[in-house]
Amino acid sequence: MTGEQQPISQPQRIDRYVGQYAERAVGMVASEIRALFAVAARPEIVSLAGGSPYVSALPLDAVGDMVGQLVATQGATALQYCTAQGDAGLRERICDVMELEQVRAHPDEIVVTVGSQQALDLLTRIFIDPGDVILVEAPSYVGALGAFASYQADVVHVAMDDDGLIPEALEEAIRRTAAAGRKAKFLYTVPNFQNPAGVTLAAGRRPRILDICRRAGLLVVEDNPYGLLGFDGEPMRALRADDADGVVYLGSFSKTIAAGLRVGWAVAPTAIREKLILAAESAVLCHSSFSQLTVREYLNTQPWLEQIKDFRELYRERRHAMLGALARMMPPECHWTHPGGGFFVWLTLPDGINSKAMLPRAISSRVAYVPGTGFYADGSGAQYARLCYSLPTPDRINEGIRRLTSVIETEVQLRDDFGPARPVS
Amino acid sequence: MSDLERIVVLAGGLSPEREVSLRSGDRVRDALAEAGIHAIVADADAALLALLRADPPSAVFPAIHGVCGEDGAIREVLGLLGVPYVGSVASACQMAFDKPTAKALAAAAGLATPQSVTLPRETFHDLGAAAVIDLIVARLGLPLYVKPSRGGSALGAGAVRTAAELPAAVLSCFAYGDTALIERLVAGTEVAVSVVDLGQGPQALPVVEIVPGEGGYDYAARYTAGKTEFYVPARLSAEVAAEAARIAIAAHTVLGLRDLSRTDLIVDEAGTPWFLEVNVSPGMTETSTLPLALEASGHPFGRTCVQLLELAAARGA
Repeated sequence: MTGEQQPISQPQRIDRYVGQYAERAVGMVASEIRALFAVAARPEIVSLAGGSPYVSALPLDAVGDMVGQLVATQGATALQYCTAQGDAGLRERICDVMELEQVRAHPDEIVVTVGSQQALDLLTRIFIDPGDVILVEAPSYVGALGAFASYQADVVHVAMDDDGLIPEALEEAIRRTAAAGRKAKFLYTVPNFQNPAGVTLAAGRRPRILDICRRAGLLVVEDNPYGLLGFDGEPMRALRADDADGVVYLGSFSKTIAAGLRVGWAVAPTAIREKLILAAESAVLCHSSFSQLTVREYLNTQPWLEQIKDFRELYRERRHAMLGALARMMPPECHWTHPGGGFFVWLTLPDGINSKAMLPRAISSRVAYVPGTGFYADGSGAQYARLCYSLPTPDRINEGIRRLTSVIETEVQLRDDFGPARPVS
Repeated sequence: MSDLERIVVLAGGLSPEREVSLRSGDRVRDALAEAGIHAIVADADAALLALLRADPPSAVFPAIHGVCGEDGAIREVLGLLGVPYVGSVASACQMAFDKPTAKALAAAAGLATPQSVTLPRETFHDLGAAAVIDLIVARLGLPLYVKPSRGGSALGAGAVRTAAELPAAVLSCFAYGDTALIERLVAGTEVAVSVVDLGQGPQALPVVEIVPGEGGYDYAARYTAGKTEFYVPARLSAEVAAEAARIAIAAHTVLGLRDLSRTDLIVDEAGTPWFLEVNVSPGMTETSTLPLALEASGHPFGRTCVQLLELAAARGA
């Protein structure tokens, strides 16, 4: 075969457009971490990684009947275009949902989005020029950081503790940003059962945070996908309930109904809302009528509040299993948060242990988590790991923590032998 | 071609190369479809045995990389089932997949391969990592290249320029396996030579020269289209290219490999090709070198896969 070689004068780069991509696409490359997550999706792996809701707990037969009925009776509407602001009937029902967190809104104030992720994208699109500052919690939701990065925002993290965002740290971040001659465009916060840390902004801190932002002229983006999934007591009062002009509220049915429907929403002051609608039009023309009407019918015909209660009980049991397993098994140098709702525990590893470098060993040991580095814009946070308890059963959670403990113990020995690890890309 | 009524492409597995393998498997399936052969892609999971038993395939095309795919395990199982498959038998895979073993056999056959040591994690722990590392540097010198003794796609692998970098590199290696192969880093041109045997004995395909961007030929460089430049044939003299081809065929032969393999080499500044490792289930993705070399030599990828399957089917289990 060597005799058949035909010299090719030009080098082959496989991608003929390699020199033409935008600067923001530079980081879009294959990565070891994503390769490892491809393995984590296999059932042999106990995945404590992805933050997926346990949709199997839904009354799937009833939902199936409801969807069939929807197509039979309203198919011409459900399968047609709609307005970019979203179905009016759904927006009315969203107002009912938000009342549970004491937000009073008019349907006209609501923009339906493709999950709250699209609301994040649209907000970033209308507010952020490259290099603009966004304040976020430390750590912060990886999906938000991805949206911010895609618009080349400069993300500044603000410290949290077990009571959520620390007001003094927020003031200091605002002051430092101003001292650098810059102004932050907005504060992005997940106040309830935060992703990834699992902590909740204490009621006593909420007025203070709003006051600090009001005085600084800083818009608050309140992302609240987990607010109705608290394990104790009534839902917290939303930030939006106390400052309709200063807060854009992002909601989602991904955790309370079904993530696959991709229905979320934003409630925003008038001027912002108008821009969001225009931005949504240019992005997707309109959202899925079918998904919107499915959610509307679900809210109209199914016992959705009872279902959320069922979800809460299920997640409470799994949270209990995870906290119990951590307490029984983890080495004494590890510590972790104790979420009062939502999906996540934030694990702090022993000094010198790098969660990103440890991931291949964890996958080989058939347990997966998300390294803390994904939740910091600058890639720090290697000493942390996000553990999600929403999807695996309590038995699997126990087994996953057992495997993870063994991995950490091996890693501690390697640290003692070699020093700190070098993370994978 | 009429014998290939039912073809199964194996892809996936549980190694860190799962994603690459799935891409390889899809590409093989699609190439077969273009060549007129319908194939299904199956994972190496709990459903596989039932699938292969229920309707035994004419032949299997293994495209699983890493553990299970390249260590011989899945081929042992195919052998137990009596299912014909493309590629090397399990015992040959076991030798080739273990890089120190492959290097030792290559060296015994007279092929140049960088001097190296192979050490398990426990040795560093028991004898003291710092002392062992000092010994390695004193004996092998610098620069070095560290990689897991088993595995691929450069996962856990990296170059070491100073002694201070070695502990972290060995640690990164141990994230992917419990034994490290530490070899002298040979500076030069990185090339890959694929070998295909379509029934007339092993033939080397054109040498592919790999020119990665900044950061070397790491995982991202391997699987991000555009991050690496490939020259086919490599910009080598005819003599050096012929020597690289000879080494690839020799490695294929000495390790007892069958049907196809890919040998990775470095050609140093003096024009000497150094054997690094051999792959029994080479990548078949859009950025992999074996399909590139096939196309460059006028052998359509799909048609070659069909020929390999026909040979396997004719050979039987």
